[in-house]
Amino acid sequence: MNCLICHTPYNPMMSWRHLLTIEKVDCLCSKCRHAFMRMNGEICDICGRPFAGLEPSHRQGRLCADCVRWQEDDEWKDVLTKNRSVYMYNEWMKEVVALWKFRGDYAIVQAFQEEFCREFYRHFDHTFLIVPIPLSAERLYERGFNQAKALAELLALPIHDILTRHHLEKQSKKSRRERLRTENVFQFSGKTSLQGKRIVLIDDIYTTGTTLRHAAKVLRQAGATDISSFTLIRS
Amino acid sequence: MRFIVSEGRLIPEVLAKANDPAAKPISHIDSMPSIPMHPEFPYSPELLSFLEGKQLLLEELPFPLDLIQAHYEHGYLSYEKGMMKTKHGWRCMRCGNEEHHFFASFPCARCQTVCTYCRKCIMMGRVSTCTPLVVSRFSFPQDRYLSPLSWNGTLSQGQQRAADAVEDAVVHNGELLVWAVCGAGKTEVLFPGIARALEMGKRVCIATPRTDVVRELFPRLQQAFPSVPLIALYGGSDDRGKFAPLVLSTTHQLLRFSRAFDVMVIDEVDAFPYSVEPMLEYAAAKARKEASSLIYLTATPHPAWQKEIKRGKRKAVTIPARYHGFPLPVPSFEWCSNWRRQLKHRRLPRNVLAWVQSRIKTAKQAFLFVPHIDVLEQVVCILKQLDQRIEGVHAEDPQRAEKVQAFRDGRIPLLVTTTILERGVTVPNIDVAVLGAEDDIFTESALVQIAGRVGRSAQYPSGDIRFFHYGKTRQMIAAKRQMERMNKEAAERGLLKTQ
Ligand SMILES: [Zn+2]
Ligand SMILES: [Zn+2]
Ligand SMILES: [Zn+2]
Ligand SMILES: [Zn+2]
Repeated sequence: MNCLICHTPYNPMMSWRHLLTIEKVDCLCSKCRHAFMRMNGEICDICGRPFAGLEPSHRQGRLCADCVRWQEDDEWKDVLTKNRSVYMYNEWMKEVVALWKFRGDYAIVQAFQEEFCREFYRHFDHTFLIVPIPLSAERLYERGFNQAKALAELLALPIHDILTRHHLEKQSKKSRRERLRTENVFQFSGKTSLQGKRIVLIDDIYTTGTTLRHAAKVLRQAGATDISSFTLIRS
Repeated sequence: MRFIVSEGRLIPEVLAKANDPAAKPISHIDSMPSIPMHPEFPYSPELLSFLEGKQLLLEELPFPLDLIQAHYEHGYLSYEKGMMKTKHGWRCMRCGNEEHHFFASFPCARCQTVCTYCRKCIMMGRVSTCTPLVVSRFSFPQDRYLSPLSWNGTLSQGQQRAADAVEDAVVHNGELLVWAVCGAGKTEVLFPGIARALEMGKRVCIATPRTDVVRELFPRLQQAFPSVPLIALYGGSDDRGKFAPLVLSTTHQLLRFSRAFDVMVIDEVDAFPYSVEPMLEYAAAKARKEASSLIYLTATPHPAWQKEIKRGKRKAVTIPARYHGFPLPVPSFEWCSNWRRQLKHRRLPRNVLAWVQSRIKTAKQAFLFVPHIDVLEQVVCILKQLDQRIEGVHAEDPQRAEKVQAFRDGRIPLLVTTTILERGVTVPNIDVAVLGAEDDIFTESALVQIAGRVGRSAQYPSGDIRFFHYGKTRQMIAAKRQMERMNKEAAERGLLKTQ
């Protein structure tokens, strides 16, 4: 077998569980697999940021300073119930994401399957509506696929494509304040009301949480009561 | 993207006036129309010079699609299939990959089908079943350079003969293998041939799998041909996407060329084309013009090629002597019992230890090659008890550059290593030993390269080469024979210094 990421041949670890096909054989060699850093330890109740290594001044009780700020803002308070993520961002993850998302090596998504599903069910269940964060039409054509949707499909639950997105210039050029002020790039495109629905937004990465909150706000306006997010990476 | 076939041409779906349900990914179009060139078409020189000699993805072309399409419809460029169906699966037309495990599929937003793509060359942008490769069908007249070579060095007698053969191949679009021993000075052998090519208005490419070779050759060629535009193409270089009469390129960057070069030199490819790099063979073949010369430079051709040379089936010229005119130091073999078992008991075979001790005592620097990283760590651990300054280095060692520098500076008396260090690493006065020379990793060519580290400078033309083994292999014997044969030929041709 060849490793899905580094392509070197390796012998997957086999145990009786594999022989009984309870567990799938890992598609990564152990070197690549162990280079990912799973989330662990104490995290912020809302955004899922690990407290380990965080300056004490960035923490207030069970929340991080960023989330305290979101909660103090009447416009954004409780818009996003919580975010949970599978991996932390490290150099290795940066490389893998570049290959997957920017070079367009779709197949890499398989490498996340097992841990993505396991983490999902630790925090959510099948009663939530799964809504992947969309790309704009232009970006979708450029990439050829939406990485958030590719992740959502790993869950093998019905996917609800009920959001659309405008094309805007690159987000990273703007500051957080500017981004907050800019108009919402998302629109609700669902046919039925979301009254009383609980939703999990799926995306590849939670960075500042702005994108996810904008999407959540649109869904809230469409009637959803509880909107959380689940991302592959927490940066 | 999808194409519509209409009136003998392909039209990208986005440029079509009406929706056509018959629109298809390019790889699913059975007969590809060909369009004659319209000489009166007012072509865009910017677009055509950007595309000349290239095979690019649409997203690599910074021009509007309708302009590209107009050039296509007037026969100035063509769309080629990025992937071709084969009997057993697919072939990537950019990199030549046909291995199943290097293909994958995804629901493609560009063509609305499940698209198969090549994972092997994905670093250069994705090629999938709906990807057209854009190729120029037009070429501009090429500049000629008058006496472009300003190099004052002299060639040795052996080099001169090879240089003449290279020049002849360049002029007559021939194929030639230059078999030059380590330290023969093979780069200079190319100079007269390259000069001749540039005088004739030919385009020259030197291709190699290794980025460090590109970086090392660049200043030397720049100095030798100061008036000629020269570019170096490797991952991360600023010259990517450019074209010049003289091009240095790694395998991957070469994939963007098509029918571009009149002279193709393939450098530093021991055991080519049977080596682990089939992509280079494909890329080089694609990047050459139909009528062009092909020159291989190697220190150790693959056995199959050696056979062909012997039978006169492959044109080759050898440089059996080093530039300094001293014969190659030849390895000696020494049995060292079951060294792996001894390692388990944290011991080294007595003769290996003695060899190391004697280098330390006489302050002669040395490399000790071992087959694998795990062995390396154990050996270093043992040897550090002998001398704390002894270090180990392997291919992925983050401190590799520092350790190599420390060795050059003389701060490390003995370096244990798993790989043949960069060819730039020629330290003047050293010995080398191999522990476990019977391991599969030590092929004939690897062993010749390892031995080739010794005696490189005219000041210290000799040194000790010791292959410690637990059972002699054919590869060891072939390597030794190869070096002895070269010495014999050098003597017969009068290329060696007479004492
Ligand atoms: Zn791997
Ligand atoms: Zn938080
Ligand atoms: Zn390919
Ligand atoms: Zn496609």
